[in-house]
Formats: sequence, structure tokens, C-alpha cells
Amino acid sequence: MEHSKQLDGLVGPEESTRILGALQRGASRRDVLALLTGAGMQAALAGSIAGVATAAHAQTPRKGGRIKVAGATAAVSDTLDPARQSNHTDYIRGFMFYNSLTYLDGSLTPQPQLAEEFTTKDAKTWVLKLRKGVTFHDGKPLTPQDVIFSLMRHKNPATGSRAKALADQIEEVVASGPNEVTIRLAAPNADLPVVLGTYHFHIVKDGTTDFNAGIGTGPYKLKEFRPGVRAVGVRNENYWKPNRPYLDEIEHVGIGDEPARVNALLTGELDLITAVNPRSVERVKASPKHAVFETKAGLYSNLIMRRDNGPGTNPDFVLGMKHLFNREQMVKSIVIGHGVVGNDQPIHPSMRFYAKGLKQRPYDPEKAKWHFQRANIGSAAIPVVVSPAAINSVEMALVLQHAARQSGVNLDVRRMPADGYWAQHWMKHPVGFGTINPRPSVDVMLSLFFKSDSPQNESGWKNEKFDQLLLAARAETDEAKRAQTYADLQAMIHNEGNIGIPFFMSNLDGHSRKLKGMTPIPLGGMMGYMFSEHAWLEA
Amino acid sequence: MNSTILRMVAGRVLSGFGSLLAVSVVVFAITAVLPGDAAEEKLGQDATPEAVSALRKEMGLDRSAVERYVSWLGGIATGDPGKSVVNGMPVSEAVASRLPNSLLLAAVTAACAVPLALGLGILCALWRGSTFDRVTSMTTVAVVCVPEFLVATLAVLVFAVHLEWLPALSSAASLSSPGEMLRSFALPVLALGSVITAQMLRMTRAAVIDQLSAAYVEMVRLKGATAARTVLFHALPNAIGPIANAVALSLSYLLGGVIIIEVIFNYPGIAKLMVDAVAQRDMPLVQACTMIFCAAYLILVLLADVCGIVANPRLRHQ
Repeated sequence: MEHSKQLDGLVGPEESTRILGALQRGASRRDVLALLTGAGMQAALAGSIAGVATAAHAQTPRKGGRIKVAGATAAVSDTLDPARQSNHTDYIRGFMFYNSLTYLDGSLTPQPQLAEEFTTKDAKTWVLKLRKGVTFHDGKPLTPQDVIFSLMRHKNPATGSRAKALADQIEEVVASGPNEVTIRLAAPNADLPVVLGTYHFHIVKDGTTDFNAGIGTGPYKLKEFRPGVRAVGVRNENYWKPNRPYLDEIEHVGIGDEPARVNALLTGELDLITAVNPRSVERVKASPKHAVFETKAGLYSNLIMRRDNGPGTNPDFVLGMKHLFNREQMVKSIVIGHGVVGNDQPIHPSMRFYAKGLKQRPYDPEKAKWHFQRANIGSAAIPVVVSPAAINSVEMALVLQHAARQSGVNLDVRRMPADGYWAQHWMKHPVGFGTINPRPSVDVMLSLFFKSDSPQNESGWKNEKFDQLLLAARAETDEAKRAQTYADLQAMIHNEGNIGIPFFMSNLDGHSRKLKGMTPIPLGGMMGYMFSEHAWLEA
Repeated sequence: MNSTILRMVAGRVLSGFGSLLAVSVVVFAITAVLPGDAAEEKLGQDATPEAVSALRKEMGLDRSAVERYVSWLGGIATGDPGKSVVNGMPVSEAVASRLPNSLLLAAVTAACAVPLALGLGILCALWRGSTFDRVTSMTTVAVVCVPEFLVATLAVLVFAVHLEWLPALSSAASLSSPGEMLRSFALPVLALGSVITAQMLRMTRAAVIDQLSAAYVEMVRLKGATAARTVLFHALPNAIGPIANAVALSLSYLLGGVIIIEVIFNYPGIAKLMVDAVAQRDMPLVQACTMIFCAAYLILVLLADVCGIVANPRLRHQ
């Protein structure tokens, strides 16, 4: 970990993740050198970085050991049904017991997993070659039938799948060979391998109705599962990835109380915990036996100004509010530096197709005042709905309220309970806050929250041109063209969208220093919840 | 004499069932008024009208509230509390996996707290006004005033994080040996016990002092009985009624009111199960837990009354 930190310092965390990821996939020191000099780095500097990188990677993983991991939630609704997983403790269990067809690496690029190969000509018909010799925990070999069942069940409303909206684009899945399936989509989607790499699309056995046995093809076999209490997985000795996983056993519990989680980590009862409050980071760091694992990812809370109702109907009000975010100060005071300044568009800098050229919107009370005057806001109080359910929204609204007062706008911060917030308040008030978890691709992000006909279009923003471009980008197989379109879309949201995103929050995990092998995957904490396959314990 | 007590118990049990029924109606009505239902809670941010209605149908929430209540009541009457709407697991199974944990924690806490509270309370009454009494009274007032989450948090910080003597979590899974159990339960019992001990102690002290100032105690003293004899054989039997009630109230709190302790120590008990169930609008589970808490309360109060009557013959004739 010291080496990887050094590497972070030299090339920045994103780049170091890419390099370490490449090494993990089998790149040699020579490849890394080529990668660095290819990116325009001087040969001497590149040489020293490659040295650190290979040293960081050289610690050989050791087999054995048992760890206890804590997520932040536990309830009787805990499930092992991939379609119904709804929070990170479900996802962690999902990645322990199941595999998906692809997986997403440190830059969220899809990589082969149960599908050895995925090819398409038109992004509409996809041919997936399944890996041979993969068996489920009960010994049954993986067949196309399992894949067909696993994908098609999302479309059935009775399944209650949370990924139904994504699965509805799948027209049919057929077995086109003994180890091959063909997926036909309703409309082209170049991102299908990304979608298939997400947790809801884990592959289960054909015909499964009771998921409590947790039979998958994943690195761990289920030993015990008690919803709301704990889950234990033991190493799958027949796992198809050679030498994986490393740990003998993982016990997973959910602890809702953050101080309790941190205390139990510090006393050595837990080896890995998620969702560490930025304010606890110093406490964890002060312990010689523990460290913080930071994943800079696309988690954000945003100000939603409805387009169809209230002051958000006036574009000048929206622009004024966007200029009121003192972003640097918010990152510093609200998340104690564990975040990245946002630019009122939802794509995090770590993601593929992030638009680099977009100009950063500054904190500018004067400009805000000018916009407010044009919008003729007056002094009537504007209610802003916040809740502990929308992470940090209370603090964000208070900072905003202070800034607004100086520009002559009176914000009335109304705090709602976390319980029931998403169903009762989110998107339902003219001005309010929401929280969006990282999503695997630009397309998923924009389709869910900005496309005119999406039920989760938070601000009710409707733009025909945006929808057309989004569909065109989805169908585009040329990466450069896609990047250009996505950059245009991000610019549109930045300029015209009715949301304000002041900053992205990092996912913070605490862990024992003995626990090694984790690299950030910007889908969430704990390697995008995939740590179980990669983590190993120092003797 | 026995028949009087039996008649009283039978009457109490009957009215207890009445109370349970009333509570079930009230809880059902209150949860029906809460915003959102199990389907909406489950889908959270992903809730679309289509998905919600499909899930509602699957969970059986498309039936009217009255219909659901009646079918639930029918189930209870035949001994089947139904299935959790959230995960389809039988409610009896969910409760059976959690209730013994709560009972165990409550029993250990009671076993530590009750003798301690009664002993200290009697001593305080006996030595009223002494330094011992004043120090104990001051301490108990201070402890009653401190909420148990603070006691628990401070205890964890001191004994688990800094001194590393005791574990910060208390999982019911690590209770294999008596030594393990002692370590695992030390902090939760300390936190839980401190509040109820203080309450019981103060009630005991007040009840005994009340008796000690009565005329018959003066008579006992004048007859030359020792202080110990006066308290144990004359004053205490008359104070048992109020003391038993204080103990019963404190103990009923142990079962239902320990949610904060269960959260802080991540202890898989039934209070946490119920709070989760409320957050997820899982009605059958909420109802089952409510019934258990309510029944436990009624039983404890009934036992306290019986204790009081058995100890004080005068009450039998009222």
C-alpha cells in the first residue's frame, strides 16, 4: 500500500489505478513503460514510475485467512436474489456468490468474465461466447440456458427486478451454440457489456426460484445466510479463476451505526468496514494498524429545481443558484476534502467519456445576483427540501442558504425525515435535494436521470435534441464519435440542466493494514463491492 | 385466598387479551397512516408506478387495509402470524431467530440489576441520610439522567477502543463459552443495567422508607427488634407491591426499549427487527413484534400485582 501511495503521488490516483489494473491483467514492466512514454512522459521519469508500479504490484497475494467485514445496513429485506438487490450489503454478497457475464475494471471498461468474448456489428445483436469449464457451486456446469433464464427474468414484472428498466431493452436471448448466446436488443446499445457487468445481472441457475441457497459461480460458497444478521462465505475450491480467491472465509455483517462500525474496526473485531464518515477518517488514520481506502467516484447529492413548477421554470433562477455554490468550501468543510469539485453535470472525472474541456463554473455571488434580478425573484421565501436520506444535503443547503442571503434570496430549508424520503419527497417539490449513486456508464446515468421520458428525470427537464443525441451515442460503435457526443450532452446539462452538482463525494472504507489487494473501482466503496475476489490477508 | 388470586389472574388475562386486540388495531391504523408502503420502501429511488404496482400485487398490498387486518387476525387466532411481505420469510421464523437473543440479554441484565438495585435500595433506606445514602442517591440521579446511548458510547470508547479489554460489538454468535459470554455481554449489560438499576433502586428506597415511617414499624422498634429484622421481616413485605411494580416496569423496558443498545453493539435482538420492519412497512412483522412486547409488558405487570397481593394479605380483601 505504501508503494501504491507513492505511485498516486507521482501520477495521480486515476492514472495509478490504470497502471496497477494493467499490471493485474498481466502487463509487464515493459508494457507499463510503453504505456507511460506513449502518454508523452519522459523516458527517465516513466522508468522510475514503472519501477514503483511493479514494486507495488509485486507483493504476492497469500492464500488463507478469515476476515470479518461490515456494511452499513442490515435488515430482513437482505436478499441473495440478484434482481432484487437494493443496497451495498446486497451487492457485496452478490459479488461473493455470483459472477456476471462481464466485469467492470478501474475505468469502468467492461472486461470478459463468464462471457469470454462479446462481439457485435451493429450494437443491436450481440454474440457472447461463454467460458468453458465453469460450474455452479452444486457442480452443475454453466450453460446458455442459465444465461437466458438469468437475463429474461428481469423482464417479468413479478420478479420485482430493480433492473427492469435496463432489461426491457433486451428483446430476446437465444442459445446459438453449445457455449454461445445471442442477445437481440430492441434498439442498438454499444454499452450492453457494461450493463451486463452490473450486479443485478449476475448469473443464476436456470429455473431458480429460491435464492437463499446462494448457488452461483462466484468465488465463495454460501455457508450461512441470516437476513439482517450475517452471511458467511467459504472459498470455492473449484472457482474457475486460477488461484482465486485468496481468503478462506469472509463473514459479512451489517452495522448501521457509523461510530459502532469504526470502533469495532479499531478494536480489531472487524477487518474491513464501509461508509466511513469523513469526520472519522483522522481517527482511523491515527491507528497504526488501520488505514482508509478512498475511492473517488461519482456519488453526488444535487440541488433539483423542477422545470415544471416553482422558481425552476425560470432559467435565470437556475443559473443564479448554480453560481451560488461555493464548491471548494463545500468540499473542504462538508466532506473534509474527501471529494471532487463538481460542475453541474453528473459525469465524474474518473469515468470513460468524461468531458474534460468543460469550463468550471465558479462561485460568483455578483453574477448570481444579476441572474436573480433578471428572474425577478423578490424576497418571498423559497422552500428547499432536504433530508438525511440525501447524503449531506442538510449541510449543503445551509451553506447555500447563507450564500443566497448575501445575494438577497431567502431560502427556507425544510428538513424531512429519512424514512420514506424517496417515495414521498424526492422529485416532488419545486426545489429539493437528491442523492445519486455512481452508475456504470455515461449512457445509464444520462438515460436514467436526464432523458425526457425517464420516470427518474429528477428535474422534469425535457429536451428533444438531448434525447436524440443520447440515442445516437448509444448506437455508436466508434469510440471517438461517442466521446464527442457525450461531451456535447454533458455541456448541455451543465448549461441548461435544472440541477446543480456542487461536488462528488468519495467512498471511504476503513481496513486493517494487513488486508491487501484492493484497487479503486469507481462504482462505490470496497472496489465497487467486488473486493472479495481480490483481497488477501498478510500473514 | 387462592381462589381470589386465581379469579384476579383470570380477569387480568382476559382484559390482557382485550388490550392486545386494541393495541393491534391501533398499530395497524398508525402504520397505515405512515407515508408509503412496503413496495415503495423496497424500490426506493427506483420506484416507477409500474414496478410499484407489480410489487404491491406480489406482496398482497393491493387488498384493502381492513381485509389485510382481518386475515392477519385470523392467522394469529390459528397460531400463524403470516409471512413477511418484504422477504416472504415466515414471521414466526424471523421472530424465533431474534427473540431468544433479546430474552437472553434481558435475563442476564435482570440477573445483575435486580439484586443490585434491591440490595442498594434497602441499604439506602436503612441508612437514610448517611454518606452512603447520599453518595448512592447522587450517583443514581446522575445515571438516570444520562441517556443509555451515551453510557454505551462512553463505555465502548473507554473499555473497548482505549483499554482493549472488551469487544465493541456483541454478536449472539460468540456466546459459546461462559468466558466469551461474559466478555461479550459486559458492555451491553453495563449500559442497559445502569439505567434500570438506578430506577429500581430509587423506587425501592422510597418504598422502604415509606414503610419505615409507618406506625407499625415504630411499634416493632419499641419491641426491640434489630434494624435488620425490622427491615427484612416487617417493612419489606409491605413494600413488595410497589417494588415489584418498579421492577416489572424496568424489565419490560429491557425487551422493547433496548433498540439503541442493539444498534450500538450490533446485537441481533428483536427490538432492532421491529424498527427495521417499521422502516420497511412490513406489517405482519411489525404486528408480531408489537404483540410480543405488549404481551411481555402485561405478563410482567400481572406478575408484579400477584407478588404484591401474595406479600400483602390486606390487598386480597379490597
